Amino acid sequence: MLSIKNLQARIEEKEILKGINLDIKPGEVHAIMGPNGSGKSTLASVLAGRSSYEVTGGEVEFMGKDLLELSPEDRAREGLFLAFQYPIEIPGVSTTNFIKTAVNETRKYRGEEPLDAVQFLKIMKEKMKLVEIDQTLLSRSLNEGFSGGEKKRNEIFQMAMLEPHLSILDETDSGLDIDALRIVAEGVNKLRDGKRSFLVITHYQRLLDYIVPDFVHVLYKGKIVRSGTKELALELEEKGYDFIKEELGERVDA
Amino acid sequence: MSEMLNTLEQTALSDYKYGWVTQIEADEAPPGLSEDIVRFISAKKKEPEWMLEWRLKAFRQWQKMEVPRWPNVTYPDVDFQSIKYYSAPKQKKTINSLDEVDPELRATFEKLGISLDEQKRLSGVAVDAVIDSVSIATTFKEQLAEQGIIFCSMSEAIQEHPELIRKWLGSVVPATDNFYAALNSAVFSDGSFCYIPKGVKCPMELSTYFRINAAGTGQFERTLIVAEEGSYVSYLEGCTAPMRDENQLHAAVVEIVALDHAEVKYSTVQNWYPGDKEGKGGIFNFVTKRGICAGIHSKISWTQVETGSAVTWKYPSVILKGDYSVGEFYSVAVTNNHQQADTGTKMMHIGKNTRSRIVSKGISAGVSQNSYRGLVQVAKNAANARNFSQCDSLLLGDQCGAHTFPYIEVKNNTAQVEHEATTSKIGEDQIFYCNQRGLDTETAVALIINGFAKEVMNQLPMEFAVEAQKLLAISLEGSVG
Amino acid sequence: MSGLKEIIQEKISREPFAGNGVLKDFSEKGMELFREQGIPTVKHEEWKYTRIAAVLNSDFNYAANTSSVTKADVDAVRLPGHETANELVFINGIYHAEFSNIRSSSDALELLPLSEAVKGEYKKLVESNLGHSAGYHPDGINALSNAFAYDGLFIEVKKNKVPEHPLYCYYINDARSSSVLSQPRTLIHVGVNAQVVLVEEEITLGSSDSFINRVSELVVEENANVQLYKIQNEDVHSSCVKTTHVRQVGKSKVHSVTLTLNGGMIRNNLNFILEAPGCESHMYGLYCVKGTTHVDNHTIVDNVKPHCFSNELYKGIIDEQATGVFNGKIFVRKDAQKTNAYQSNKNVLLSENASVNTKPQLEIFADDVKCSHGCTIGRLDEESMFYLRARGIGEQEARALLLHAFAAEILNQIECKPIREYADKIISERLGFEL
Repeated sequence: MLSIKNLQARIEEKEILKGINLDIKPGEVHAIMGPNGSGKSTLASVLAGRSSYEVTGGEVEFMGKDLLELSPEDRAREGLFLAFQYPIEIPGVSTTNFIKTAVNETRKYRGEEPLDAVQFLKIMKEKMKLVEIDQTLLSRSLNEGFSGGEKKRNEIFQMAMLEPHLSILDETDSGLDIDALRIVAEGVNKLRDGKRSFLVITHYQRLLDYIVPDFVHVLYKGKIVRSGTKELALELEEKGYDFIKEELGERVDA
Repeated sequence: MSEMLNTLEQTALSDYKYGWVTQIEADEAPPGLSEDIVRFISAKKKEPEWMLEWRLKAFRQWQKMEVPRWPNVTYPDVDFQSIKYYSAPKQKKTINSLDEVDPELRATFEKLGISLDEQKRLSGVAVDAVIDSVSIATTFKEQLAEQGIIFCSMSEAIQEHPELIRKWLGSVVPATDNFYAALNSAVFSDGSFCYIPKGVKCPMELSTYFRINAAGTGQFERTLIVAEEGSYVSYLEGCTAPMRDENQLHAAVVEIVALDHAEVKYSTVQNWYPGDKEGKGGIFNFVTKRGICAGIHSKISWTQVETGSAVTWKYPSVILKGDYSVGEFYSVAVTNNHQQADTGTKMMHIGKNTRSRIVSKGISAGVSQNSYRGLVQVAKNAANARNFSQCDSLLLGDQCGAHTFPYIEVKNNTAQVEHEATTSKIGEDQIFYCNQRGLDTETAVALIINGFAKEVMNQLPMEFAVEAQKLLAISLEGSVG
Repeated sequence: MSGLKEIIQEKISREPFAGNGVLKDFSEKGMELFREQGIPTVKHEEWKYTRIAAVLNSDFNYAANTSSVTKADVDAVRLPGHETANELVFINGIYHAEFSNIRSSSDALELLPLSEAVKGEYKKLVESNLGHSAGYHPDGINALSNAFAYDGLFIEVKKNKVPEHPLYCYYINDARSSSVLSQPRTLIHVGVNAQVVLVEEEITLGSSDSFINRVSELVVEENANVQLYKIQNEDVHSSCVKTTHVRQVGKSKVHSVTLTLNGGMIRNNLNFILEAPGCESHMYGLYCVKGTTHVDNHTIVDNVKPHCFSNELYKGIIDEQATGVFNGKIFVRKDAQKTNAYQSNKNVLLSENASVNTKPQLEIFADDVKCSHGCTIGRLDEESMFYLRARGIGEQEARALLLHAFAAEILNQIECKPIREYADKIISERLGFEL
């Protein structure tokens, strides 16, 4: 589904990704872990097409297409979803209206008829249950005045509405208490159907107790330095990121 | 970001779609302004002596006045001697029914989407159509008359209802109030008059549609709305003009009187020709709009969506004289290309327990300049006055300007006045977020702008809201960065 | 002698501007502009709410050399902390070295008459900065100060120096025998990496009318840090126009607090011209006025270069027949992207005859900016009053407590401890609040 080969990227003059290789097949859940500043969020942003990052080398194929050639909106319409670490507020635009526009733009791209209000509301009601999101939240301006947990739940709700092939969760767990985390994770789990894939970016192993990954990768200084199964996450949790540094022969400050 | 800019630059620039000229024979006065012209206009309209005297008084005062220089706009001086002050489409002497309206004229209004045909009317909107300062037709007159509502052209009102006109004309905006109001008082050729009797809630929206057609003319219409005790009316105003290389002057006066417990809602979608991309041509829109809440618990609400005109200079105001009266001002002003707008409101709190609310949203793009200028005044005896003002500016592109000049004068310590203003641009991260959800940049920008303007748009009657939203998108197409 | 124009004529005949060409030209230009503009009337947009002509019409004596101020008079007005401060004493607008105490060494702090400074190593600096404020205040009042700039003082805070002693400036007007008009003029240059604390107070002796038309121009270089504190606590016969014009020509930080308690007609112009990327400016003001005092704070933040930050908070407590005016302008020029500018003005009216006019103004020509301004006018929050009273606090005390809390936000911005304590004391006394 997604195939990343030797991906390199920088922001302004700073090299951040220095050759990433990653293959994600339908139905798989991959987790990317790593210390702060290792390039995790950059990877998410580059895949979604944020223009402040410049791709300096490598290839990314998504659903058989050259992802890097596509505009951000076409990547989304092809089925790539990014749950933002910091969801954006848009005053005056109701969440419902926003999602309806997003859904119908994507349907239009795929040559499908737009949903009318009745159809849309029916689907919305179903998905609302999935992430335990409240109707009143959806009639408010997009993310404006939402709590951290509400914003993240809203991201997962949008994911449910847009039914993407690949969802990238960029530190969705950051700043969430354990209850919010559980709700978000359950929402994600309900969307796992053996075909959809997920790329879960996180700093902590905690989230992976709830969203159990098939593969875990450790990103460090812009490269994937180790890959393994979910046990790798536990090992990281136990030993901390320093053991990776030690393995790489770096001096670790106490 | 640059990618985003490109996308937008590539977007086909939508041209002003109301820019045609209708070939109608006009009955015109020669260019220039003098007492003779004032007399000519008055005579043409077969006005009574008192009306002529009123005009002449205004004219003589106008001659002593100076062009106001304080607005934050620059434009070449208007040559008042080169303008034609009277231009009436030629048609049969009197019209007995709408069927007798010149078909060319009817076609003009059809093109504007304003049907004068009562069979195909806009649902529940009565229309007074004014072309080059002369009222062409007023629909629904009979139905309205059944409830005692008078809705007719100003010329007709002067003939038919002189007692009302003498009582109220100039009572809110005196003939010599300011330079352009004085000019209007001297030469106004027509306009709309609306009178809602005691206790009557007007059953439909009343609307005036203004169109400047002839070249070299100015448009000077005069609107007067009187809402008697306990009455209600919602009034709409729309306007367009042909695309011409010259600047044309529009200097209108609107007066509103709301008596005890009366409510008047006045909505404007102003779409005069703004000039071309290089700033050539376009309407100079110098308008005086003022309402007085004369009675207790009365309410006047101005809503405006301003997208047109080369230069706009306009401050719809409310004098809150009656105790417990309410004034509101909701505005979206969009400037693009070379447009300049200096617009806002005045809320003058005189009565006790008066309240006012100002919501102003300015959007500047291109190389335009957009200013909010507002005055909130609380007089010494205006106990418990409340005002809340919110002025937000959105900047699109780095060549335009947004300015805020709020004046707040409080002479009573029981007043509560709050003013907030912000200036910002559309965030790159907002656009990217929308992109990531499958919205292209143009859709994203339209969405964000509509969100920005929503509080004001919500105030518009349904029929206008849709038009206004489209207008907003069209006015800003291809300008976003 | 009456009428300002006559006063000036008299001044010229008494003391022709001999010697220095630059200052002479400058003064003459000022005079010419003054003749042309005269005293601004309320028709002048910048003087809409302040009838300056009304106070300037009384008989003023330009009494520079006729003062009978003694050391005892000066001792009586010194501010707390003066023992460790550099004290600069101006009498009727003229700097008097014999009353002043300069404790910093001359390699950190140098004082020169403007007429000297314009000749020597500071020639260029003086020429390019003296009168820079006129571009922002092209009116007769500023012009009048220019006409008298000849008597001004130049202050150099040397680069890389941090004078450990703050600069206390006392502007004493001697109005014991007759009305007096004085025009102190300073040009202050704060060098690269230098740091300085300036405290300014006007004092009028006697009960005849006095009018101070003061212009202080500051030039702040790269990495310099300046704190400016003004205390205005005079009697009702003393009026003034004070212009403080700060050019931040290098990336620097300036912090200003203006306190107004008493006076006749007070007009403060405070300008910050941010001419280097990354400048930071903080402007705070508290006007706590009663009687017939009229206080008018006009501030300008002109963002010329990108990436600057400014924050402004002015608060007013207006009692009896007093009037407060606030006019805050923020300009963001075309190239000043990434500007962050905030402005807020909050007023409490305590009496039914108090009034306030406020005009917060934004003029923005760049798109990538964050600017906001807000203002409020009202009474003390009734909910808070009720809450305090429900806890057994009497109405008077509750009111004083809340007003002091309102004022404290500004007082806490005074970093110079003896001045902060002094300010808190006089404000608390005014509000009936026991510290």
